[in-house]
Formats: sequence, C-alpha cells, structure tokens
Amino acid sequence: MASAASTSTVPHATPDTTPEAVVVRFAGDSGDGMQLTGGQFTLSTALAGNDLATFPDFPAEIRAPQGTLFGVSAFQINFGSSDITTAGDAPDILIAMNPAALKTNVSDLKAGGLIIADTGEFGERNLIKAKYESNPLEDGSLARWQVLAFDISALTLESVKPFGLGNKEALRCKNMWTLGLALWLFDRERQPIVDWLKAKFAKAPEIAEANIAALNAGHAYGETAELAVPVKQLHLPPAAVAEGLYRTVTGAEAISLGLVAGAQLAELPMFFGGYPITPASAILHHLSRLKEYGVTTFQAEDEIAAIASAIGASYAGSLGVTSSSGPGIALKGEAMGLAIMTELPLVIVNSQRGGPSTGLPTKTEQSDLYQAVYGRNGDAPMPVIAARSPTDAFDCAIEACRIAIQYMTPVMLLTDGYIANAAEPWRVPDMADYAKFPASFLSEVPEGGLKPYARDAKLARPWIKPGTPGLMHRIGGIEKEVNTGHLNYSPANHQAMTELRRDKILGIARGLHQDVALGETHGKLAVVGWGSTFGPIHQAVRRARRKGLDVAHIHIRHIWPLPENLGELLGNYEQILIPEMNTGQLKTVLRDQYLVDAKSLNKISGQPFRIAEIEAAIEGMLA
Amino acid sequence: MTDIATLTKPRVETTIKDWETDQEVRWCPGCGDYAILKAVQRTLPMVGADPANTVFVSGIGCSSRFPYYVESYGFHTIHGRAPAVATGVKLANPDLDVWIITGDGDGLSIGGNHTMHVLRRNLDCQILLFNNEIYGLTKGQYSPTSRAGTRSPSTPFGSVDYPARPAAFALGSGAHFIARAYDVSKQLPEVLTAAYNHKGAAFVEIFQNCIVYNKDVFADFTEKKNADEGQLWVEHGKPMLFAKGTKGIALDREALALKVVDVVDGDWQAADVIVHDVANRSVAHMLVEMPFGAFPMALGVIYDDPATSFEQAVVAQNEQGARGKAPDLQKLVSQGQTWTVKADAEKGPEL
Repeated sequence: MASAASTSTVPHATPDTTPEAVVVRFAGDSGDGMQLTGGQFTLSTALAGNDLATFPDFPAEIRAPQGTLFGVSAFQINFGSSDITTAGDAPDILIAMNPAALKTNVSDLKAGGLIIADTGEFGERNLIKAKYESNPLEDGSLARWQVLAFDISALTLESVKPFGLGNKEALRCKNMWTLGLALWLFDRERQPIVDWLKAKFAKAPEIAEANIAALNAGHAYGETAELAVPVKQLHLPPAAVAEGLYRTVTGAEAISLGLVAGAQLAELPMFFGGYPITPASAILHHLSRLKEYGVTTFQAEDEIAAIASAIGASYAGSLGVTSSSGPGIALKGEAMGLAIMTELPLVIVNSQRGGPSTGLPTKTEQSDLYQAVYGRNGDAPMPVIAARSPTDAFDCAIEACRIAIQYMTPVMLLTDGYIANAAEPWRVPDMADYAKFPASFLSEVPEGGLKPYARDAKLARPWIKPGTPGLMHRIGGIEKEVNTGHLNYSPANHQAMTELRRDKILGIARGLHQDVALGETHGKLAVVGWGSTFGPIHQAVRRARRKGLDVAHIHIRHIWPLPENLGELLGNYEQILIPEMNTGQLKTVLRDQYLVDAKSLNKISGQPFRIAEIEAAIEGMLA
Repeated sequence: MTDIATLTKPRVETTIKDWETDQEVRWCPGCGDYAILKAVQRTLPMVGADPANTVFVSGIGCSSRFPYYVESYGFHTIHGRAPAVATGVKLANPDLDVWIITGDGDGLSIGGNHTMHVLRRNLDCQILLFNNEIYGLTKGQYSPTSRAGTRSPSTPFGSVDYPARPAAFALGSGAHFIARAYDVSKQLPEVLTAAYNHKGAAFVEIFQNCIVYNKDVFADFTEKKNADEGQLWVEHGKPMLFAKGTKGIALDREALALKVVDVVDGDWQAADVIVHDVANRSVAHMLVEMPFGAFPMALGVIYDDPATSFEQAVVAQNEQGARGKAPDLQKLVSQGQTWTVKADAEKGPEL
C-alpha cells in the first residue's frame, strides 16, 4: 500500500493541486436512499481503483418523519490515491438533500468545503422542520463554504417525465440524479451503476429506466451546466495497491464469509442460531443463503434460544455459531457459562453498539470489552478476539473458529456497528493459503476407558458426538469431576477444575505474538488500540511520526488471552496512550495485567475517532 | 409428509438394565420421579431404541437430573432452555432420538417461551413435563401450575394467581401430540410409546407426586379409591367411559361443551358418549380444559395428528437450496463486482 498521508483539499482547486484523497458525505432524509447512493458511489470508486473507507450513519427509526433533524441519514466516503484507513475526519464535499441534512452535517464540513444542496427541498415547511429561521442558502450563514444550490427535485422530475411516474415515485429518483452528478465530478464510469439498476429493477423496467435517465441527467448537468462556483472535474489517480483480484466487502459480509471458511477449514457443518438485532442481523441474512456450504441457519425465538441451539448443535457435532449485539449478548451470558462448563466449541459474534441497555442501536461504540472478558457468573474464562476493519474481520472469524475447535471453548469475536456496516476494498484472499484445522471426534473407547473430561496437550477435552456407539455419557452445567466428567461438588475437585479451565484458556496465548503496526518496538510513546479505532490511530501515528515524534502504534487482536510478549513490549515505552470508544476498558485490563501506567483517550459520542483528535492527544503527551 | 417408512430406524434389542447408569439416583425417597424413570427405562427397550442414538436433554430442577440416570447420551443444560438446546441437537443430527425432560417451573415459567416455540415448530422429539405443581429443588415455592391459594414459603398467605394448564398451553401452542399420565400409572409406558412413535413434537404431561413439598396434591384422582371416578383414560376408537363404564363423556350440543352422562347397562351409544378420535383437535381442546371435580381427569393420548416436523422441513430446504451448487470457497470469496489490479497501477484497474 502507498505510504502517503491523506491530506485532503477541496475539489474545486486548480487541477495542478489534485489531492490524494477526498471526503464526500451524502446526507438526506432517511427515505431519500442515501445509503444506497453511498453504496453505489463506493462501488464506482472501488472500480476506479481508488482506495477507500466508508462510514454509514443512519437513524434508528426505519422511516423517521420526513424532513426532521432526527430523520437524517448520512453516508461518508473517503477515497483517493493513497492508503486510506478511515472514513475521513471532515468532509470536503457535503451533498445535502434537504435543510435538516444541511443543518445536522454542515458543521463537520471543512472550511472552504463545497455544499451541494437541493433548493427544491428548501421550502418554508422543511426549513421550519429543520428549525431554520431563515433560508441558509440565502442568508449568508454559509459564507465559510462554497455553495452550489440548484433545484435537483425539479431537474429530476424533468428528466424522468417520459416515464409517466407519479410525482412521489419520480422524486425517488433524486438520489440517482445526485449520484450522476457525483460520478461526473470524479470522472467515474456510469455503466456499472446502470447494470446494477437494471438488475435491481428487473421486474419493473420502467423504474430502472427512469432511474437511469435521472443518473444520466445528473451526469449531463455537471458536464454542460454553467455552475455558479467553479467546479472542475476531478480525477484521482488509482491508489498504488498490491496486485490481485479486488472486491468491496462490509464487515458483516466478511464475518459471514470468514465463518463459512472457518467451518470449511475445520471440515465441519456450521449451525448458526440468531435472533434479529441491529447491527448484527446482516450476518444471519448473509449466512441463510449459503446452504451449499453446509450452513444451517436458525432464527430462534430469542437470544437465549439462539445461543442454546448453537450449543446443542456443537454438542451434536456441528460448529455452533451465534451472533448478536450488546443487549442480546447480555441475555446469552448464562448459556456462555454452559458452553464453558461443558467445554464445547462455539463462536459468539458481538457487533457492538452504543450502550447500556438499548443505548444507540445504530451508532458505534466499543464498550462491551468488559462484558466479553469478564461478563459471566463464576470464574468463566473465554477467549476474545477483536476485528480492526471490515476486511480484518474475515481472518478474525477464521481464527475464532480455529480456537473454538482446537481448545473446545466458546470464543467471542468483537466487531462493532462501524465495522459491520462500513465497506472497504478487499484483496480477495487465496484460500489455498489458509491451513486446514480439521476437527476430530472421539470414535471409540480409548485405552484406559472413556473419560469425557480427559485432556490433550492443549488441555482440551475430547469432542464426542451423540450417535457414536459405546461412548454414551452425560454432560451439563454442574461441576464436573476431573477426567470422568461425573457430577462432583468436592472442594478439591472444584479448585482443580477451575484452574484447568483457566489454564486451558491462558495457554492459547502461547504462540500469540503482538507486533507493532507502525513505528519502533521501543520509544517514548505507544498508542495502543483494539477494534475499529485502527484507522484513525494509524493515521494519527503516521502524521505524528512525520513531524518527528517518537511514537508507535500497537493494535491488539487477541484481547483475551493477551499475546505472550505484550507485557514486555509495553514495558519498552515510556508512555502508553489507549484511545477507545468507551471510558477506558482496555486500559483497565492492561493496567491490571501488566501494572503499566496507561492513559486513556475516550470518545463515547457514537461516532468514530477523528485522526486529528488522536494526533492532538499524541502531541499533548509528547509536549 | 415424508414417507413414514423412510423414517423408521432399525430396532435395537436392549433390556431395562442397558438403560441404567452407574450413578447414584439422588431424588428424595418416595419421589414420583423414580416411577417415571422406571417407566422410561421400560419403554426404551419396548420401542427398540438405540442407546447410542438417544439423547436426553433437560433444563434445571428435580426432574432435570433425569439424564444422569439413563445410559444414553445426556445433556443437563440450563434453566428453561432444554427445548432450545434440543432444537440445535436435532437440526445438527436429525437421526438422533431426542427426549426433553422438564418440569412445571422449568418448562412453563422460565422456559415457557421455548416450550411454546418447540411445539409450534413441531421439532421431532418427546417432551416429558413432570408437573408436581411446586418448585422442589428450591425448597417449595409455588409454581405456575400451583392452584390458587397454595401456601408456600414465598406465598405464606396463599398464592393469588391462576395456574397455567400445561396440556391446554401445549395444544394452544400448536402441538400435534398431547398425552397425559401420572407417575405411577401402569399405562405410562404405553403413553410414552405412543409419544415415541409420533413423528413431531410429542407433549406428555406427567402428574408427579412431590412427597416433600406438595404431597398427594393429585390424590383426588390418583389414589386407588378415587381412580374410578377421577380418571378418564381415553383411547382412539373407544367410547369415553369411566367409573367402571357407568359414566361417560358426551357433547352438550346446546352449550357446545362436554358433559358427564350416566351409562345404563353399558349402553353408551344410547347415552351419546363420544368415541375418541385422536385426530379431533376441537374435542382435544375440550378434554384438556375439563374442570376437574365436575369432570374426571382426561388421561392417555388425547391428541395425535402428525404433520411435517421442523427438522424435516429444514433439511428439505437446505437440500433444495444447495441443489446444483458445488461449494467452492474461492468462488464464494470472489463474489460480487470485482476488479483486478496489475503491477503497473498507474494504468488503472481492469474491470
């Protein structure tokens, strides 16, 4: 990947200062199709060879009242010729489909940035709904920015006139008109979008044609209209990336694919028990179509049944998987304890969202780390892995499957709403590069008799499928006797079993090596992160290092147990900074494990970190 | 429905002894659970079940210790969740014989939701609900099936809520098989056999005497002296007679309800006594709703009308969805719109 940092400039600058990266935000009413527009713009960007990262940000309400501030849905994309790892701090361009979208987003826009607004939606009613006292497009309040305002609604209606749609349906094509303009602005091919529209509306060709007409009209408008501010068409050269086959992938897709790959590498059928919850449902949706990969999906009656059925399936010889978000994970807690006690493989995916309780269902947060590491009754150790990005989620899912099977344990895979929904280009992996880890089942009584709780070198017990002659035995949540697995409440046995369960999980750390993502293995400051903060931390450290600051970036995938060398590595730095989208949960764990004086940088606004926020914290610590 | 013949598994010859484990049974002496355990261990050889292919799944409570005492595969899970665990077991391996052991607290209070859903989905399994109308393992609190006014440690002045009726709940949830028996009834193995032979979720309510916390709560119909008047054993194709054939159940056509009629000289036809039809859902509803006292307790196989079971439907859909598609991981990860980047990136990607 290219190493240049992404310093963005606005696109109406002169051509000789073509920026390396641009941040565009589409914002509109939740019914305006902004996520769709953003998704298609992402695809065209990927096809143009730019590196990119996206951030979809939408309200919890499916159809919030039209025109209201809380009904605004936005999609941000950062793309360019350099290595992009975040969705970008501040947009260079804001496309605002109505006053509410402008109001809720304009303060993020870079000074001098470009606003494209649909004047057709800036009538009195909508201005009142957005709590504007006067029309911002006319009252000079947007003087800090460039404004390009024209009646997109009317232009759209005109362009789709030949198709005889009703007014409401015709106006639905506004997003395609806008996309057409955006495609022109960045010199993009329209054909992939046209193909997509034809496939999407195969059953209603007139709708497809109307949308295509709107798309073309938006594109033509850019080409021919004399715009009020000098907008120049901008072509960002492709990013220098590794050779290979690429596609875009969201975190939810990558996890689903990784789980399927994990089960296939283990040569096991997969059973997925799920219950609908935002933002985890997408995994259930993806997997329910993959029947030819031996995947059985089960939409259970509740979160508890979802995990309980997955445990039952693991007991019967499948790889049991369940998935949820914070509140659902809380409900699954007791069953996780059962999987720990009965030592059955299980993968639990937690797509974290803002909490506690219902919290912020559609916003991102990484505040379930305590819940993942500690959140069960009893001494109930469980491995925890965190994905750093949509593409990383693929490898993390495979890793979770491997650990679950090889150590006969439930494993929690942490992602978050940002990773689940965001898309990024993915260099399609060569599956031949992945080592198989076939599961093995006990098939006959071993020498010395059947001992369902005997241990192998990893301290894992044997996996014994019901249906196997001669190996009948009983398991359950009551404390087990060492080796035999019979009920046993004796003090010495409980001590021994608790230690065994602990040591088995701690043993996973052997062979886990923590590397440094950027910088030296010693120095003045290490910025330590986990999960989806990877992008902003990485860019902030990169910028700080350019300024000559002695800072490194360490990003932890294995949250529990922590990699064997981590304590020693952290000891090599004078200071440690841990940016987290919570109040300091990893910080607590690292302080507890290594007695290091780690400092927190917290953001709990439901929005990802900005690079500048972390950069400022680094500079503050090294001042 | 799938052809029944294809579902029949090879009979395995066993004896009661083959189904006994070496574990010490830890129920209170005299507990009704002992009799139920024996009846199950007697039934399994009768139906030709294979210990290696049999899984007992239970929740939490006195009844849920059951799997430890049966020499087969067993899973003692968590409170109320046995139906959910069993669903995963059966979907992962539809060839297994799955028995769910639960109680009134486990199956109707903390796990009521799962009981409802396993029944409506019609997972092929036997659900034995031991109803003793009390929480035994936690030392005697009233349960969701306790009668109003039950005095217990948590209701010292008597419970004030109406009890749940397990068989009516099961039928209302969409069950295709409902049976009732009591712990020491000699017909219990027969009822269990019918449940075993039913393809789909078979719900059996077993009245069980908790001799420590709720002694003799069912004596009004289980005690020998009350059996004739208190028990109506229904049998498919036979008239609904009790009290040594001197009384029967007939339909009050005016009220659209059941009524008790006297049968003179065995002429039940003259008294319009109903002939039991296990496939008649309407009559099944009336039988499980009959208020005890004015009516006898309906026992035996009350309803048996099989339908496609859940795991059959899932397997069929999985097969259909996979038909003609070969699993190819490389192809799977390469799906969607892709582009190729060549070494000379300046030239842009190839679409």
